[in-house]
Amino acid sequence: MSKRIDVKDLNVYYSKFLAVEDVNISIEARSVTAFIGPSGCGKSTFLRTLNRMHEVIPGAHVEGEVLLDGDDLYDPAVDPVTVRGQVGMVFQRPNPFPTMSIRDNVLAGVKLNNKRISRSDADALVEKSLRGANLWNEVKDRLGRPGSGLSGGQQQRLCIARAIAVSPQVILMDEPCSALDPISTLAIEDLINELKADYTVVIVTHNMQQAARVSDKTAFFNIAGTGKPGKLIEYADTTTIFNKPLQKSTEDYVSGRFG
Amino acid sequence: MTSVRGAQRPTSDPKGTPVATTTLTRRDAAGKSGDRVFSGAALGAGILILVVLFGVAVFLIIQALPVLGADPADITGGEGFGAYIFPIVVGTVIAAAIALLLATPLGIGVALFISHYAPRRLAMTFGYLVDLLAAIPSVVYGAWGYAVLAPRLAVVYGWLAENLGWIPLFAGPASQTGKTILTAGIVLAVMVLPIITSLSREIFLQTPTLHEEAALAMGATRLEMIRMAVLPFARAGIVSAAMLGLGRALGETMAVALVLSGGALTASLIQSGNQTIAAEIALNFPEAYGLRLSELIAAGLVLFVITLAVNIIARWIISRHREFSGAN
Repeated sequence: MSKRIDVKDLNVYYSKFLAVEDVNISIEARSVTAFIGPSGCGKSTFLRTLNRMHEVIPGAHVEGEVLLDGDDLYDPAVDPVTVRGQVGMVFQRPNPFPTMSIRDNVLAGVKLNNKRISRSDADALVEKSLRGANLWNEVKDRLGRPGSGLSGGQQQRLCIARAIAVSPQVILMDEPCSALDPISTLAIEDLINELKADYTVVIVTHNMQQAARVSDKTAFFNIAGTGKPGKLIEYADTTTIFNKPLQKSTEDYVSGRFG
Repeated sequence: MTSVRGAQRPTSDPKGTPVATTTLTRRDAAGKSGDRVFSGAALGAGILILVVLFGVAVFLIIQALPVLGADPADITGGEGFGAYIFPIVVGTVIAAAIALLLATPLGIGVALFISHYAPRRLAMTFGYLVDLLAAIPSVVYGAWGYAVLAPRLAVVYGWLAENLGWIPLFAGPASQTGKTILTAGIVLAVMVLPIITSLSREIFLQTPTLHEEAALAMGATRLEMIRMAVLPFARAGIVSAAMLGLGRALGETMAVALVLSGGALTASLIQSGNQTIAAEIALNFPEAYGLRLSELIAAGLVLFVITLAVNIIARWIISRHREFSGAN
């Protein structure tokens, strides 16, 4: 149920502006990989190329290959809609659909493409997904209530439940805790550790302690200056990145000298 | 500003005990009076609306009162006010309903095209053109309906009467001039289309990117994204847009007066006949005096009540879904 990602020579553009240059990276299946780096270094932009959400912005495009277990996501024959069904995403700010109940939010992805699902299957899937997101006990008595009535941390876990309900191969998380309080953050981090058993998880974070806590491998992105493209500077085991990185700029960043 | 000024003052005497300063009590006099003026202006505007509305209602009621005490035989038609007003109320509702049925789906479609499908430059031009439609005076629409649309539709009506005449709505004989309630409804639809389109477009454009991306990231196609994120978000706005359109359709006078050759109530949409309140008032007002004038004003009062009722119902529909509106 999870696939590896290999990125080869990827350049990411906004119209003519080169935002991220020449990324090569291999992300193992069933692992947590963290992207860290200063603001504007292109880590979120790069993350969004992994499920073709980058191209939602007008003029945005990429060059190079992103292989999901060997299949190129950017092959002309590939439909981005199918890609996004396999590579789920959790955003910076919790975004459950405000017009849907908690239950409908979980089922939103499953009901896409006119798929039919029986009521009992749906009930089972809702429970399984919400349990998977450590949210079941908090919401089981109010599945029919709007998702927007939950707290921020609960909403984010609802979004994770929504993402895992469609059984994706990979889950991308774009700073999932940056809008949350420490307790909710802890809940999400625990959840990420559990998700690792079944999914390939890629997480962008500004919080270096968080990267150190949750990830197996860490990629450090940096930018030479405003208007210059972001680059992948170093990619290694998380312990290596935080204890004895090879690059000077990585060491400066993780030790808090800049960023 | 206040805090800076406060910081310059000594906040304690040499022994270290705090002394009172004026930092907390001081106010910026200009800012305060500005605040008062603005809140007064806002309150005044709110009250003015109520006064105008109340004034209109009182005027209509007082002027319409003679109808109540009148002998039914003296009312136009000779069977009392109820019998007089009922057909034109139904006619008004039919014409407005036709307009809304045609214009709402079309308006939403055009708005979605502008907000989510068309390339940006084309969308802007298109948006301006639609807004321009709203600026055309209603008499022009009426003239167009009278001179251009009606004769062409007469052919269609002939065909409808011949082939679908068994449906009461299309019962013959079809109008030779095409000046029917259906034509009036179609002209009204064109007139309310820009209102519904502009408002819906503005609301569609306000859909939070966050929700659109949530849908797309789950593997939604563009249509599914619109159904999942855009339309539910815009729901209340679409209802409001349709109600504003309905308001115009109910009250539109000139276009209907020109396009419809009115008459007795009939179920068929393609015969001459039917009449709307606004057109009835406009056509008869110049020669009306005495009781006839009161009748027409009473008809206006009925239209006022219908519009009010429609708006209350619309508000109620919106409020039923408040919890799920995303406002919380």
